[in-house]
Order: sequence, then C-alpha cells, then structure tokens
Amino acid sequence: MTYTLFIAILAGGIAAGSSILLASLGEILSEKVGVLNLGLEGIMLIGAVSGFVFTIITNNSWIGILMAIVLSAVAGLIFAVLTISLHGNQIVCGLAMVIFGTGVSTLIGNPYVGTPVPQSFDAVAIPLLSKIPVLGPVIFNQDVLTYIALILVFVVWYFLFRTKPGLHLRSVGESPGTADALGINVTLTRYIYVIIGSALVGLGGAQLSLAFTKVWIENMAAGRGWVAVAIVVFAGWNPQKALLGAVLFGIVQALGFRLQVIGISFPPDFINMLPYFLPIVVLCIEAAKTHRKKAAGPEALGVPYIRESR
Amino acid sequence: MVKQNGEIAVEMKHITKKFGNLAANNDINLKIYKGQVHCLLGENGAGKSTLMNVLTGLYKADCGEIEINGQPANIHSPKDAIGYGIGMVHQHFRLVKPLTVLENIILGSPKVGFWLNNKAAREEIMELTDRYDLHIDLDAKVESLSVGEQQRTEIIKQMYRGANIMILDEPTAVLTPEEAEKLFVFLRQTASAGKTIIFISHKLREIMSVGDKVTIMRKGQIVGAKDVKDTSVEDLAGLMIEGTISEVKKQSVEKDGAEVLRLTDIYTLHDDSGNVNLENINLCLNEGEICGIAGVSGNGQRELAEVVSGLRFCDKGEIIVGQKVMTNQCTRKFIQAGVSHIPEDRLGTGLAAGLSIIENGILKEYKSKPISVHGLINYKVAKKYTEEIIEQYKVKAENLNRPISALSGGNLQRMIIGREINGDPKILVAAQPTRGIDIAGVKMVHSMIFDQKAKGVAVLFISEDLDEIMEVCDTLAVMYQGHLSQKVRPSETTIEEIGLRMGGALC
Repeated sequence: MTYTLFIAILAGGIAAGSSILLASLGEILSEKVGVLNLGLEGIMLIGAVSGFVFTIITNNSWIGILMAIVLSAVAGLIFAVLTISLHGNQIVCGLAMVIFGTGVSTLIGNPYVGTPVPQSFDAVAIPLLSKIPVLGPVIFNQDVLTYIALILVFVVWYFLFRTKPGLHLRSVGESPGTADALGINVTLTRYIYVIIGSALVGLGGAQLSLAFTKVWIENMAAGRGWVAVAIVVFAGWNPQKALLGAVLFGIVQALGFRLQVIGISFPPDFINMLPYFLPIVVLCIEAAKTHRKKAAGPEALGVPYIRESR
Repeated sequence: MVKQNGEIAVEMKHITKKFGNLAANNDINLKIYKGQVHCLLGENGAGKSTLMNVLTGLYKADCGEIEINGQPANIHSPKDAIGYGIGMVHQHFRLVKPLTVLENIILGSPKVGFWLNNKAAREEIMELTDRYDLHIDLDAKVESLSVGEQQRTEIIKQMYRGANIMILDEPTAVLTPEEAEKLFVFLRQTASAGKTIIFISHKLREIMSVGDKVTIMRKGQIVGAKDVKDTSVEDLAGLMIEGTISEVKKQSVEKDGAEVLRLTDIYTLHDDSGNVNLENINLCLNEGEICGIAGVSGNGQRELAEVVSGLRFCDKGEIIVGQKVMTNQCTRKFIQAGVSHIPEDRLGTGLAAGLSIIENGILKEYKSKPISVHGLINYKVAKKYTEEIIEQYKVKAENLNRPISALSGGNLQRMIIGREINGDPKILVAAQPTRGIDIAGVKMVHSMIFDQKAKGVAVLFISEDLDEIMEVCDTLAVMYQGHLSQKVRPSETTIEEIGLRMGGALC
C-alpha cells in the first residue's frame, strides 16, 4: 500500500511537473541568449488552448501538438519583434504577453470549457524499462510529451555547452558586442532562440491540456509560467537543476492530492499553496550555495543590443 | 628599416562619418603599408577609434571608400572585415568573461565544426602561441585572467582568425611598463613577419619606440603624416594639440604642513564582487601635500578612495581626519570634516545623470541654508550657487535645467571638481581625475589641483599614468593587490622601480 502510494506520488509528480519543465527549458534558451521573457504564463495558455482546440477540430492530437508549437512560436515572434527589433522594455512586453495570452486563450477556449479531449496522450509503458523496480513505473510509464521533456533536458544542456551554435548563443547573451565584432549575427541569434524557447513553452502548455488534465479549463496554467520563470533563476540557468525544480513542484502537488484521497485532511488552500512555495524554498537554498561563489546570470540579460549606440 | 615602397595594405579614401551634427571623421585619406607598424595619434575624441570602427565594419561611413591590398573592399559588418583579414583588439576587450580562453578564441570562427571538443583547433592555437611566444592557459576562464593575459587572448584570437592587419586601440593603457615592453617586442616581430599593425595611441613616447609611420588626427581630420624616424616628440605634440598650452608650473612647497589624515592598519574584508581588498594600509598626509597612488587599476585604489571618503567601512584599523577619529563614521560626517571626493566613475558615483545641472551642483549643499529652508529647496539660490561653480571653473553648459548627462566628459569633470573644491575642503581625494579627458582638460585639472595645494589642501591623487604622477605629486606610493608601498618622493625612486612594484615584483 505505502509502496504503491509512493510510486503513484513520484510518477504523478513527474507528469505534473513536465509542463513546467518544458517551459523552464524554453526560458533557459531565451534568457541565455539575453532576452528575458516574462510572458511564459501567457504563451503556455496559447499553447494549451491551440493544442486543445485543434485536437478537437481535427480529431488528431498530433496535429494539436503541432499547432500548439506553431502558434506559441508566433507569440514568441511577436515578443521578439517588440523586444529585439523595436528595443521594447522586456519586462513590460513580457507582462503584455501574459495579458494577451490569458485573454486570447479565454476567448478561444470559451466554447470548449468542460469538453473532454477526443484523443489524448496517455501514459505509455516502455517495454522492459518499465519493469525496473521503482524507476520503471516512475519514469518509464509516462505520456509521450513527458518523455520528450525529459530527453530535452539533456539535449538542451548538451547543445548549450558542447556545440558551436550553443557557444554562439551563450556569447550573445553574455556579451553581444563581442559576438557582433566576431561576425555573429546578434539579432538573428536572439530571434531564433526566443522563438524556439516560446515553442517549448507552448509545448508545455499543450502537455497540460492534452496529457495532464485532458479538459480545457479557463486559465489552466494557474501560475505555472511564473513558477517556471522563478525556477530558471534559482536553477542558475542550468537545465538539470531546472528538472529538479520542476519535478519537485509536481511531487508536492501530487502529494497534496494523494493525501486528500487517503483521508488525511489539511486545509485545501494550504495544500494548493505548497507546490508554489516549497520548490522556491529548496531552490533558494540551492541558489544561496552557488551564488556565494558567483552570480551566474547572463551578463546582457534584459539589455537590448543597439550597435551604434554611444 | 622603413619599407618606403612596400605594398599598400589598407587605403581609406574620403571617409566621413557623422554622429548627429558632429563629424567624427571628416574626409579622411589614409594609406597604410604592409609589414609596418602604423600609428594613429590624437587626443580623445580626435576620431581615431571611429575611423577604425569604420574599417572593421562596426560603424557605417556616411561616404568614402576602402581598398584592401589594392582591391576595393565592401565592408558592411565585422564579418566582412574579418574576411579581408582585418582584426581589432579593442580598448575594452571584446571577450566573453564567463567563457574559457579556448572558447573565446574559437568563438565565431568558421574553422570550428558543430561539436566543440575539437582537437584540431586546440593544436592550431598551441602552434600559434608557441611561434609567437604568447603562452596562456587555454582552459582558464577569461574572468580569472589578468588584464595583460586578457589582451594576449585577444591577440591570439585575432591571429587564429587569420588577421593580417591588426588594429590595437590604446593597447598599453591597462598594462604595466614591463607588459607594455613585451607587447612592443611582439609587435615589431609580427610586423617584420609581414603583418600590418595599426597602433592607436595618445602616448608620444610609445609611438616613437614602436612605430614606422605616424598619422596625426585632430577634431576628426588628419593634420599630419610622418615617418617616425624623421620626427620628434615635440613635433608630434605640437601637431596633436592646437597651439601650445602654457605649462603649469607647480610650486614646490618643501616645508611639511600639519598632519591632516592618518590611516593606521586599515583592513577591509572581501566583498561580494570579489574585488581586491585593503590589507594593512598605513598612510599619512600633510597640509599642502599631493600624494600620488600609482598602480594598475583594480588593485584596491577604488577601495582606498572609498575608505578615505567615508563610503566604505573598514573592518580593522583607524582613520584620523584632522584631530578627530573618524573610523566608520557616516559619509556626511566625513564631508563635514572637510573631505572631498572626486570619484573615478563620474556619471555613476560623482553625478546623478538624470538630474539637472542645478540639482547636481547643489548635491552636497542642498541640506543647508540658504539653499534649503524648512526642507524646501529655493531654486533661485540653488541656480545662483551652480552658476558660480560653472563660471569659476569654466564649465560649458547652456541650459542649467537640462540633465547633466548632456555635458561632455571634460565638462562633467570640471563640474565635479568645481563642486567638490567649492566648499573649501581640507582633504581632496581625486580618483583617476584625468582619465578619458583630452590634454587641455588634463592641464586644467592639474592646475585646479595645484591651486588647492597652494591653499593648503592635502590631495590624495590616484592615477594609472605614471608620468602624470611623477609630474604632479610631491610624494607617491604604489598599490598592488591591496597592499600599499612606503611613501617616497619622486626624486628618491625611478620609473623602473615603480614599474616593478606595480607588477608585484618588488614589495
């Protein structure tokens, strides 16, 4: 009994955390290239609603996923034009994206409130691997989007720190003037990763509506976008630590839910608060340890690059 | 030695570049020969850096043409410039600090493939550093390197990228004398190996020792071009500065005045930014004494200035101003005790960039009558107060209600100095007061400081320019990694000895 409960909480935690994980990975790409995207909450909702609506229309959840990626990339493109080409204030533009995404998703999703999704992403047990004790049912019995998120943690890390385009990405975020003087196209580089980052955020939103809840609920991101922004900072822009933060969020959420089910009663508001509160506390402690050595944020984060400014 | 009829490496024709109404470059024509060290001489703001930024594609010229090796060149971006073999070592290094030396060198190079763990690149760089004797740890992070090593990284980077024409913008500004000497040897060696060096400087002696040709710029125009062997320091100085500036003679006050400042065993602990801290600082200043603090910047000079002006608490030790113990008192107490501070960061610490000229003028006096009464500022009085500073110290400012950031560097410095010495200080802390201003401005700052000395003010004069310290100061001491050497008179020491102390070779 306790074993199955334990497994259920861990597995549920990973499933619940994977939307935040995808959003964090997207934000890491964006911030590492020097653009602070605070619009995560809005872009997640755009991804969630477009994935849901296109799945209902086409009755094919893969087309839903594709459209979630495309439309959140378009949202990222709008944000990129505002902040990179027009040198708009990144904080203000980010907040505008939140309001835009919330509003547009509410409008589009309104007729579908409460409708279940016709074709969803359910947990797929991977043969052999899912038979490993503990690890098997926890990690290898998830939905496809969660698998993608877990793989992406290592892909993003490897890309950032072991490849040439990754090196270019980091140098643009740290010192755009240097990158420019070396013939790296700063504007193009920033566009690319802001857009890819947004697409990942939107994919996170789609995981939420197509794999996690499987129904459309108004404003269903429920602060997950903001948690992702915080996780990126406290994780020191490191994908693996972002995984830790996201899974922690999910586990605490799953834990609260399970505790209610087996009849241990807490005030529900307190339980609802925990997943937002605990990961922050843990990551703060982690951040305090690393920050004593050195603050790790990209040097040019949030600063527009204007070549001939003097 | 001068290859008079060599091939032309770079020719710039009728280059004009304007910023608003100001022509930073006005119809510039310049020929640079292969295998030579070609110097560009001029004061700050003469247009040297702008011209080179045009050549490297960072700025777009309004009109004009560039030819490289006799062929017309279209340079619209730094990438184009690299394609033509032009590489620039900027005054403020273009390095990505959190990355390693190797990563910085291969950054943006087309020679590197998709994956970074690339042995070929490492071997090629090792071969380069061996050939030119430029040894460096390729896996060290750039932020952990000394300034000289960072410069070396820049140079290796440009060579790895195939630069045949290398531009160095004020390369010695940050180096110790020994490091500079090493750089000169390297430059001569590289030039004789057939590379072309463009060397930007306003230091005459350097040009005489390293250059083949020199082009002198003033106010965006070329005012002279010479072979170095046919010219002299006086000649170049005359061309660089319009007219001659009357030499400021310093009155030598040999008698020792009363002691006004004493620092005993000052220690400051590590702060979060990891700056060098002060260790066991002992120093005393007398009335009418100008005490120079030499050293490469970042060795604790800023911390020392902050401790003396009350901006930084010390963890151990004692500060006495006049007769009073002032250890860890608040800044206002220091100001009241007669300590004035000309900070090294003019727009950051010295002035509030967004506030008007009037508001900046009264920053130190806004609390006292008659400028403010019952907590309300009387702007008429304030304006008059500021006007007096402006008139007396010849600040060029038209509208006093405009933000002070509209003023030029030299005028900002006059404004700060004016404000700081207006209140009749007893001690003046001047941190890098002449950095980044032109020769006329430097002379003005020096004469203002001599005036204060004549009034009996003790001056703590922090500068990176050794020649300046030898010229201005009565006594001097050298800072190295938070330690301060014994105070000596300039006549009791030599430039070489100070250079060794600056590099930490002598303690």
